[in-house]
This record gives sequence, structure tokens and C-alpha cells, in this order.
Amino acid sequence: MPLLTQQIQDEDDQYSLVASLDNVRNLSTILKAIHFREHATCFATKNGIKVTVENAKCVQANAFIQAGIFQEFKVQEESVTFRINLTVLLDCLSIFGSSPMPGTLTALRMCYQGYGYPLMLFLEEGGVVTVCKINTQEPEETLDFDFCSTNVINKIILQSEGLREAFSELDMTSEVLQITMSPDKPYFRLSTFGNAGSSHLDYPKDSDLMEAFHCNQTQVNRYKISLLKPSTKALVLSCKVSIRTDNRGFLSLQYMIRNEDGQICFVEYYCCPDEEVPESES
Amino acid sequence: MKCLVTGGNVKVLGKAVHSLSRIGDELYLEPLEDGLSLRTVNSSRSAYACFLFAPLFFQQYQAATPGQDLLRCKILMKSFLSVFRSLAMLEKTVEKCCISLNGRSSRLVVQLHCKFGVRKTHNLSFQDCESLQAVFDPASCPHMLRAPARVLGEAVLPFPPALAEVTLGIGRGRRVILRSYHEEEADSTAKAMVTEMCLGEEDFQQLQAQEGVAITFCLKEFRGLLSFAESANLNLSIHFDAPGRPAIFTIKDSLLDGHFVLATLSDTDSHSQDLGSPERHQPVPQLQAHSIPHPDDFANDDIDSYMIAMETTIGNEGSRVLPSISLSPGPQHPESPGLHSEEDEAEPSTVPGTPPPKKFRSLFFGSILAPVRSPQGPSPVLAEDSEGEG
Repeated sequence: MPLLTQQIQDEDDQYSLVASLDNVRNLSTILKAIHFREHATCFATKNGIKVTVENAKCVQANAFIQAGIFQEFKVQEESVTFRINLTVLLDCLSIFGSSPMPGTLTALRMCYQGYGYPLMLFLEEGGVVTVCKINTQEPEETLDFDFCSTNVINKIILQSEGLREAFSELDMTSEVLQITMSPDKPYFRLSTFGNAGSSHLDYPKDSDLMEAFHCNQTQVNRYKISLLKPSTKALVLSCKVSIRTDNRGFLSLQYMIRNEDGQICFVEYYCCPDEEVPESES
Repeated sequence: MKCLVTGGNVKVLGKAVHSLSRIGDELYLEPLEDGLSLRTVNSSRSAYACFLFAPLFFQQYQAATPGQDLLRCKILMKSFLSVFRSLAMLEKTVEKCCISLNGRSSRLVVQLHCKFGVRKTHNLSFQDCESLQAVFDPASCPHMLRAPARVLGEAVLPFPPALAEVTLGIGRGRRVILRSYHEEEADSTAKAMVTEMCLGEEDFQQLQAQEGVAITFCLKEFRGLLSFAESANLNLSIHFDAPGRPAIFTIKDSLLDGHFVLATLSDTDSHSQDLGSPERHQPVPQLQAHSIPHPDDFANDDIDSYMIAMETTIGNEGSRVLPSISLSPGPQHPESPGLHSEEDEAEPSTVPGTPPPKKFRSLFFGSILAPVRSPQGPSPVLAEDSEGEG
């Protein structure tokens, strides 16, 4: 790694973004948590990198990799934005293999010269260096969900293990996942309405899985299950999840993910509610 | 109906559902006074399986709400299986499982009470009730073997997962032979390897069959039962007759019993002969009877009567109200004295003394099975009139 750093030191100034990392998995793992569409938009500021993936104008996933995760992180401009093929990026990041071999780490140095230039990846493992150039694309406007914490009505923090199995077993024949949050029974309920019948999953507010329970008002909202299912990727990596809904019924799922070095990263999913809930529901 | 399963029994129930799911697409759930019965039959009606969980299996068991009739229901296997999908999860997190059937809501409610106070409620829709009952009697089968399920489970382990059928026979020296079965016309590559497992007589607790007998049946269903029986550490009994007649696999302990009735191929030649039996050129008389082709075999084959005798009691009020009491609506056949006991099918193992020949016809495959007595005219009806079957 020091060798690699030296070589490139002089060229640093020409890049608008330079980031290096001793363990590439600290980046690739987080990116996998939002990899449900081919393309992603990356924003880099001096605080770190935010990678955004959207689908159907209804769901947005953001992965935050703060500057502290990187061993070196320099942004020349105020912000650097580009769009990239996430599938290709992840393929490159795992070019030395995706399953870790004990005792070996892949180091990464990532450079971006600016608009119109490719993203350069230098990956090094055991003295072998691979250089990848990934073409960047015109950045696209991303959705603004205008999800503001002051408008949050209900908020629950759960240990992820309690939700993991529920999400992996979701009845995908149901079109929607209905989330009920309430200061009274059933407190927190996930419901599906599939071909075989309906299922409800209830979490009492005094459960050991429940880290925090702040529900002010009963809210029943439905979300397209096909849009929420991809968040399972983030869920399985996470240790805790915060579930919030605002006054419009918008859903925010924040996943706290601990990387291999014990640092904390966050992945966030926003989702619009589905149509109005019918008055009588089973 | 309401029942409560707790602790390790939840997994036992789950395992039973898994093994039933290898057979049929629909699950018949019938609460009886002597326990909860789960049954299924495959689409070609060549395999039937039934588990009966005794009331003691449950923490709490109520077959019917007082003042109400017994309800039974048919649900999609897939939807019931999804409740018990992950056996590891059942073992790890589920503390109790409550199953209730309520006529008013038309829902079968399965509630899983998990760790951390989490509660899963599945409201499963079900179809109109009908009773499923195969008529079979292990006592009528001349051959029987019994061994710990583990022994048989290990014996079928080496067979390729894709193998459809396996031949079970008694070879020279009363060894029990399990061999992969390949159809004659199968291409030569499939036949390139034959796997044969040989078990000594000492591995069996009971071996009541002479050398040279052999049957061929589906491995997938057999494996399903074996995996259940192995996990419960039970003994498995196999009752069988001539090729083409159904084989009956039974397991039993104090809390549950299970019956799988599988069709066997009526192929009497090559496979039973190759088992190294010294009698290979002297087929057992019974087999001979089967292999003589009747010119009018096919004409006589009333497939229905050879199908698994299934009582589908929609609209049959008599048996619907009291499913365990046999009534024969419909005209009596000349052989009716014999049939009476057959129709008392709520108790599969009927009085051992009843005359065996008419005890039950084979499952399915009417067209390839020579009738035991080549009845002239219409074959005796072995099941009660059924409507809307299929």
C-alpha cells in the first residue's frame, strides 16, 4: 500500500476526488445493501460519499460512507457528482474475489478527475495491482422525499434480527406490505394480504427487540412490497433498524451497519405509501 | 377446532408438513376426536399420506367447538408450508403454535408465538370441506419389514437425488436390496449406473417376506417420510404385496402415527428377478397370475374402482355429519358383506380376520393393473359414491 500511495502522490492534485481504503469490503458491503438497480448516483463532499439508487420514482436508497471510513479522503471541489453503473463498480471492487480469504485484504485507491472522466480504481492484493476505469455518466436529478424529522409521527428502533426473518419470509404474492404503528395495540404490525390469506406479524412494544418506541398516533400505511423487498439486502447486514413514518405516510428505514473494522455506516431507504387504505381491513 | 402445540412438538408438526408437501399440493386438515389428522394425495392419486396427531401431542386439543359439528378443511399445501417453512426458525424462535379453525370466519388461523413476544398470525383461506380417506389395510399385505428409519434413511442416501423410483426386494440369503430403478426405454446414459444397497437381515426388527419378492415405488415420497421418521427416531414398517399393489409405510409412536400409501409399479419381470434369488425362474404364483394377460383386461378396467378409494363427501350428508361412521348410500353390490368392513374406512387397520382378497384395490394405474379377480361386468365399487371428485 505505501508503495502504491507514493507512486500516485504527485498526481493527486489533478483529481477532484481521491479516496483510499485498506479494506475494500468496507465500501463494497455498504454498496451491496443498495444494489437493487443497475445505476447509482454518487455525491462526494468533504464529509464523505453518498450513493443513491432509485426505483419507480417511489423508492430511494442512500448509502453513506463517511470520510472517516477511508484512510485518505480528499475532495477538491465543494461537491463532486457523477452517475455510475453500480453493477460494474461492484464487480470491480470484488475483482479479487468477493469472499474474504483470512488474512488477506484488498486495498483500494479511487480517483475521479472530474466531469467527463472515468472513475479510476486501483485495487491491490498481495502485491498485485488491478486498475479499473469505469465510465461515468451524466448525473441525474434525484428525488427529494422531503422527509423531515420534525414531521415524523411514529418512530421505532428495532434490533435487526427481529425483522430479518420477517422480511425474508414476506409473502410475495401480496402486493403490499402494510405497516401499522400505534401507541396502542397492536403497536407495531406488519401485514401481507396474499393468495393464501393474510398474515400479521406483531411486535409488542415491550419486546426485547424494541430499542425505542415513540409512537404518537395510529398510522396504517401500505407500501408496494416489490419496492420494499430490496431493503432486505440492507437489513441482513445491519444490526439495528429505525423505522419512521411522517405525517404523509412516507416511510424511512434507516439501517445501522457495522463494518469489519467495527465502524458504523448508515443506509437509508425512503418509500412512498401506496393508495389509501380501505376502511375495513382484515 | 382449536389446538395448541408447544416446544419441540412445533418442529415435529413442521417436519410432518414438510414430508406431506413432497406428495400433494393440497392439505386436508381434519380434526377428529382421536386427534388431528393431516392428509394429502398427489395429483395422479398414486400416493397418499396421512399423519394423525393424538390429542396428547397437543398442550390443548379441542376437536370441535361445543355444540358445533366437526369442521374439516382443505388448504393449499404451499400456504400451510410457508408457515412452517424454516425448521431452524421453528426450533429456535417459536415457543408455541396455535391452530384454530373457525367456520364463521372461514379462515384457518395459525398463530406462532415467538421469542421476544413476537406473534405471527396467518389467516389462511381454505376450500370447502371434504374428507380424504384411502382404503387400505396393512394386515392384508403378505410381506412386511420393519427397521429403524435411520437404517433405511442411510440406505437410500447414496441414490442420486433425481432418481424417481427405487426397487425394494428380498434377495438371496434374505438380504434386503434397494436398487435404483430405470425404465426400460430410458436412454442408455441414464442406465449407465445402477446403485444397489444391500442390508442384512439383522438390520431389521422384522422381516416377513420370502426371497424373490420385489416392489418398485417412488423415492421422493419415501424420502419424505424417512426424513420425518428419522428426526423422530422412529421405526418404519413397510407392508407390501405383489408388484402393482400399493405398499403401505407406517410409523407409530404414542403421540402420532403416519401412513404413506405409495403405488408400486406392476412390472413383474426383470426387476424382481435380478435380485439374485435362486427362485428367479420360478415366479411366485401370485405374480404369475398377474402376468397372464387377459384379453379383456382393459375393457374390464374401471379405473375408478382401482383408484385409491376416495370418499369425497361433499353433499353426502350422512358422512359429513358423522365422518367416522360408515354409511353406504347407494345400491349394495353382491359382495356387500365384504364391502361393509371396507367402508368402515375411518379405521384403516380393520379387523385382521377379514377376508383379504377384496380388502382394497390398488391405488391408481387401473389400466396397467390386472384385476385380482377379473370381475365380470362392472367392478365392485369400493368407495362410497363420490361427487365432484378430482
